[in-house]
Amino acid sequence: MTDQTASKADSDNGVRSYLAKHLREYGLLFALIAIMAFFQVMTGGVMLRPINITNLFLQNSYIIIMALGMLIVIVAGHIDLSVGSVMGFIGALAAVLIVNMNMSVWLAVPICLFMGGVIGAAQGYWVAYWKIPSFIVTLAGMLVFRGLSLWLLEGQSVGPFPKEFQIISTGFVPDIFGIGRPNGTALAAGATAASLIFWLGLRGRARNRQYGAVEEPMAFFIVRNAIVMGALMFVAYKLSTFRGLPNVLISMTLLTVVYAFITENTVIGRRIYALGGNEKAAKLSGTRTERLTFLAFVNMGILAAFAGLIFAARLNTATPKSGFAVELDVIAAVFIGGASMSGGSGKIIGAVVGAFIMGVLNNGMSIMGIGIDYQQIIKGLVLLAAVIFDVYNKRKQS
Amino acid sequence: MSTLLEMKAITKEFPGVKALSEVSLSVEQGEIHAICGENGAGKSTLMKVLSGVYSTGSYDGKIYYDSELADFRTILDSEKKGIIIIHQELALVPLLSVAENIFLGNERAKNGVMNWHETFDRTKVLLAKVGLRESPSTVVDTLGVGKQQLVEIAKALSKDVRLLILDEPTAALSEFDSATLLDLMLELKHQGVTQIIISHKLNEIKRIADKITVIRDGTSVSTLDLHKQNISEDDIVRDMVGREMSQRYPPRIPRKGSKVMEVCEWNVWHPEHSNRQIIHDVAFTVHAGEVVGIAGLMGAGRTELAMSIFGRSYGQKISGSIKLHGQEAIIKDIPSAISAGMAYVTEDRKSLGLVLDDTVQRNITLANLPSVAKAGVLNEDEEAKVAEEYRISLQIRTPSVQQIVGNLSGGNQQKIVLAKWLFTEPDVLMLDEPTRGIDIGAKYEIYGLINELSERDKGVVMISSELPELLGMCDRIYVMNEGKIVGELSAKDASQERIMAMIVTG
Repeated sequence: MTDQTASKADSDNGVRSYLAKHLREYGLLFALIAIMAFFQVMTGGVMLRPINITNLFLQNSYIIIMALGMLIVIVAGHIDLSVGSVMGFIGALAAVLIVNMNMSVWLAVPICLFMGGVIGAAQGYWVAYWKIPSFIVTLAGMLVFRGLSLWLLEGQSVGPFPKEFQIISTGFVPDIFGIGRPNGTALAAGATAASLIFWLGLRGRARNRQYGAVEEPMAFFIVRNAIVMGALMFVAYKLSTFRGLPNVLISMTLLTVVYAFITENTVIGRRIYALGGNEKAAKLSGTRTERLTFLAFVNMGILAAFAGLIFAARLNTATPKSGFAVELDVIAAVFIGGASMSGGSGKIIGAVVGAFIMGVLNNGMSIMGIGIDYQQIIKGLVLLAAVIFDVYNKRKQS
Repeated sequence: MSTLLEMKAITKEFPGVKALSEVSLSVEQGEIHAICGENGAGKSTLMKVLSGVYSTGSYDGKIYYDSELADFRTILDSEKKGIIIIHQELALVPLLSVAENIFLGNERAKNGVMNWHETFDRTKVLLAKVGLRESPSTVVDTLGVGKQQLVEIAKALSKDVRLLILDEPTAALSEFDSATLLDLMLELKHQGVTQIIISHKLNEIKRIADKITVIRDGTSVSTLDLHKQNISEDDIVRDMVGREMSQRYPPRIPRKGSKVMEVCEWNVWHPEHSNRQIIHDVAFTVHAGEVVGIAGLMGAGRTELAMSIFGRSYGQKISGSIKLHGQEAIIKDIPSAISAGMAYVTEDRKSLGLVLDDTVQRNITLANLPSVAKAGVLNEDEEAKVAEEYRISLQIRTPSVQQIVGNLSGGNQQKIVLAKWLFTEPDVLMLDEPTRGIDIGAKYEIYGLINELSERDKGVVMISSELPELLGMCDRIYVMNEGKIVGELSAKDASQERIMAMIVTG
């Protein structure tokens, strides 16, 4: 680098402005770590035991999967209140098809996912083409599908599911290296993911440098990546000493990567952000805004259906109460993750971390034996604090 | 005459920027005082200092009002003394009635219970004063911008205004509405209301103002007395930009190639009221390299015409034909309009043209994302390269293409909208008020760009409410009134008088 001296002059300023702009992203990551450390101490080490880490994934996977879809809906400038009910309804549908009607899992699962899409389409149609506020359409949907699951299940719990259905949720990836314990697959996957993240980060830096975008200071980059990679390896190691990689972790990770890619690197992703940022401008720039809104809801429906299957598989039964108030956790996760209520901004990774924060809070407080009353209060305050932090940050910048 | 307002050596600093430096302003009782300057010169900041938006102590210098040292800590303090500002963006509540808006925050009430009788009676009196013939119960939303402006003035009068400040009051008004407003200002002057007007429109200032203070780069450059001195518009412009501006329009050689677009028997109905016809049998042509103007009053249907042509983005029951390069084009929506080679630069860049929270780069590529993508996956290197090219060629002043568009000035934002459409490589560009709300220097640059487009054989349709701009830029001008084209003039035959005559008789 020949112009090192020149860039040195305003590097101090650069670090500060970079930090100010990205305070949110660092803050979120450190908040998650701090919360985990807090519970690790308070629970006397139970928090990070292999079995509990495994449980964390099993318990929260369906929230995270729905948060992916919800992020897109919220970025597009809408909201979906029906996801909890849809999830419960699809679980009930799966139970009726598989348990009551003895349908093959290989047929029932696609049918359920398809139904999720249909439900999303039925709601998205009114929002996109009739311009009915999504709050109202999905509030109606929430009531309708809650009622439909009660009707399907006739008020009873239906179960248990056959083994091949349960593995959607409670199965584990076998050790392909044949070591057994520690589980080689888990370790290898952790190492691969960690190096992949580092490599992608380096590549991104090179690109930013080329096009004059504000660059993350090298020290920050290294520290951040060291933490992320360390955490990944730590989790992988812990998982390997228990039963290995849960199947849901695989599907959840794959979906997260796919959706992060779609939102950040594709034309359709870019258009969703433009739609949420300024619908009229996006439309006049040739974006088919109605169709995009419609698709956001279809996608949400499919993901809610998938979450419903995972949830039912984990409980090994479909109950009329399943999915109750889950939409609130999902929406909270997205907002904790930094999405804007007015649409146009928010990131997939933020929503996932937000969901983990909610999940760790639930899990940690339960281990500590904190009552459900206080749990609710604390979760509510965390959500409020995260959003206040956002607003405060924005105000300070402008 | 005595001095009503005396602002002495006002200096206002923001972190890192000196917005005002030792600005002085002296306004006599009962005069109309104009403040001119380019965007960003510090006019609005000065008015915010005056009205107490920036409280005493946050700036240096002194304000004497009515020979007293003023100590305005909030807007309420200055309003109490009869200083009222009417901002460029009107501050009316659209879904409330005229009467409710006029007395908003100043309600005629007893113990919190509204006295509707008094509210309506006083509203009637005020509306008569400003010459607005509407019922006090009319919902503001249903009024045009010109009438809304009058409601704002009525609201100011309801507060016993002594010093009325109007920030770009005619920026969004047609020539006709502007004239009404200027007459009203003169009438108020006769009644003894002192007024400050901030405006870019020099002809209007010359018509009504007694004195002009020119502000440039945060300092007051000069105060000119229009009654004593013989001042030309060029004198004012020179003070504003700090250099001789011999020509306000770049030289242009008329060009006319083959027909690019031909619109025939174009009819459009209102999007909600299906029996109201907005555009009647309009026909016009645009040739390659030609700049065609569309003149008309506010509400003549110019924007509606352009938008209905641009992928039917306005109206319903649209009928008629569009030929592009002599071939019938079937354009059913905006994406097909774009791929047929049309572009429409909207008059309202903030709410219709840009995603303000997004970066320069993302705004520039928005209308043509597929060309920086492969199989739906964006190539951000390519995208950044494209944005960088337009930043350089259009001289968009921004630290980088990663800057958020909302932080840039109006002129630069307009260039970004233009860049977005240039990137779609259109054959016909419809520019709707392309220089609205941007300063003289930036306007000149936009005009230069339009000429460049014409040299590259694009057909340009230019809609503007400023007749001098159309006369300075266009090769041919269509005149519209009430949804019809009432005349067509070539550049050499056109004049402001002839255009206005066509509108009036049309």
